[in-house]
Amino acid sequence: MDFDLMFTSFPKLIGATVVTLKLLSVSLFFGLIIGLLFAILRLNKNIFINKFAYGYSYLFRGTPLLVQIFIIYFGLGQIEYLRSTSLWIILKEPYWCAIIAFTLNTGAYTSEILRSAFQTIKPGIIEAGKSLGISNKIIFYKIQIPIAIRQSLPAYGNEIILMMKGTSLASTVTLMDLTGVAKYIISTTFKPIEVFIVAGGIYLFMTFIIHNVIKFLEKKYSFSQ
Amino acid sequence: MNIFKKTILTVLVSLFFIGNVYADKVRIGTEGAYPPWNDTDASGKLVGFEIELGYELCKIMEHQCTFVPQDWDGMIPALLMRKFDVIMAGMSITPERQKTITFSQGYATEPATLAVMKGSNLESMDTPGSINLNRKGNEKTLKTITSALAGKTVCVQTATIHQKFLDSGDVGSVNVRAYKTQDEVNLDLTSGRCDVALAAKASFVEYAEASGKAVITVGPNFSGGAFGDGVGVGIRQGGDDAIGKRDAKLLKDFNKAINTARKKGIISKLAIKYFKDDVSM
Repeated sequence: MDFDLMFTSFPKLIGATVVTLKLLSVSLFFGLIIGLLFAILRLNKNIFINKFAYGYSYLFRGTPLLVQIFIIYFGLGQIEYLRSTSLWIILKEPYWCAIIAFTLNTGAYTSEILRSAFQTIKPGIIEAGKSLGISNKIIFYKIQIPIAIRQSLPAYGNEIILMMKGTSLASTVTLMDLTGVAKYIISTTFKPIEVFIVAGGIYLFMTFIIHNVIKFLEKKYSFSQ
Repeated sequence: MNIFKKTILTVLVSLFFIGNVYADKVRIGTEGAYPPWNDTDASGKLVGFEIELGYELCKIMEHQCTFVPQDWDGMIPALLMRKFDVIMAGMSITPERQKTITFSQGYATEPATLAVMKGSNLESMDTPGSINLNRKGNEKTLKTITSALAGKTVCVQTATIHQKFLDSGDVGSVNVRAYKTQDEVNLDLTSGRCDVALAAKASFVEYAEASGKAVITVGPNFSGGAFGDGVGVGIRQGGDDAIGKRDAKLLKDFNKAINTARKKGIISKLAIKYFKDDVSM
């Protein structure tokens, strides 16, 4: 065990953790918006809108994240027409390709989590609102959405943790995130065990933080209070 | 229930030992993604210069040999963990690698070069045909390259001598992007994400031929310095235990076999077959 290497690689890995956190927070932010949008589309009575939203979540939950990143990064890069459009400014950068893949992936899972949360809301609560003469719009924003978010907290916490680990795939498209830098250090020192133990420890610590924040929020917004 | 537990224990224990069991076969680790050195054909079989050379050397040594595919970025760790006994993967002999493993004498050397897509403004770069970093008087050429690469995205395969050279500062601080395989470097060179790529000359020539893309090599042929002293067989540094002794013997055997193969002209013949150029040494 080379403890010296573990100490010297730690600051470099912490620096790379910033990239990982950036990827995670940006894709979670956009993913949540997309997820909410598609969850609402899923509840729409129109069969075409409904099926479209279902198709999206089916496609992105049914294929591996790695394949999605490769298709967006290497696949789209091979289409000559695309390279002549202004879209290429975004797709040229590995960072945005990773963000797009992560966002679409977490958006699909989030839409499922929120949809099931909406469906578990007891009809009695909505009827109570209606009987008080509250408009449908206000019932949706002030009653349904807050309850759905509370209901989906445990499942969404899991999704955040899965996504955090998923960002390690960014290193496959040349991004120097936590895994990318760990691999770079290994390529010059040839000591994978030491470096991956430190990198794994940092991932574990991030999971610990996310887990506890979600637990705190769950308690704070629990109904039994 | 007791038998059940025992079975599981036996399986676990044997799993633990499987990686360490020593068959008499010599296992050669290679990447299978760096043509013409080593490649994988459509049916998944390993092919290429080093595969054929490896079997020839084993014939001379009278060893049974088998090739094991391994991702490039885990090549040396996998050797150290005894997933195979030697490396033949277009790996250049460099002092940095020699700190961890040892090498046989070199069997081939092939210059590295820059490549761009046709139409790049690097095409007009004016440099001599080749540059050896071990010799003096390279300043002017390196300066030309430094100013040509400034602000450009230069792509390389990770953990290679080419990445090492770009990181060394000989050509200033360039914007390096490192990929897992050379195939991915080639893909992004043609897509335009990379302005210029650096690798062994033959890999660009081979790719241009196979894909029909307008990839052209520019600038000098690099050798010496960060580019190492040719490609050799990588072997674990010997030790006092049984495996260490076997490793030391393997090193001797490979050195002898390479001598014999060179004298018989086997290496030259194979080099011309795969590189269309005698890159043997």
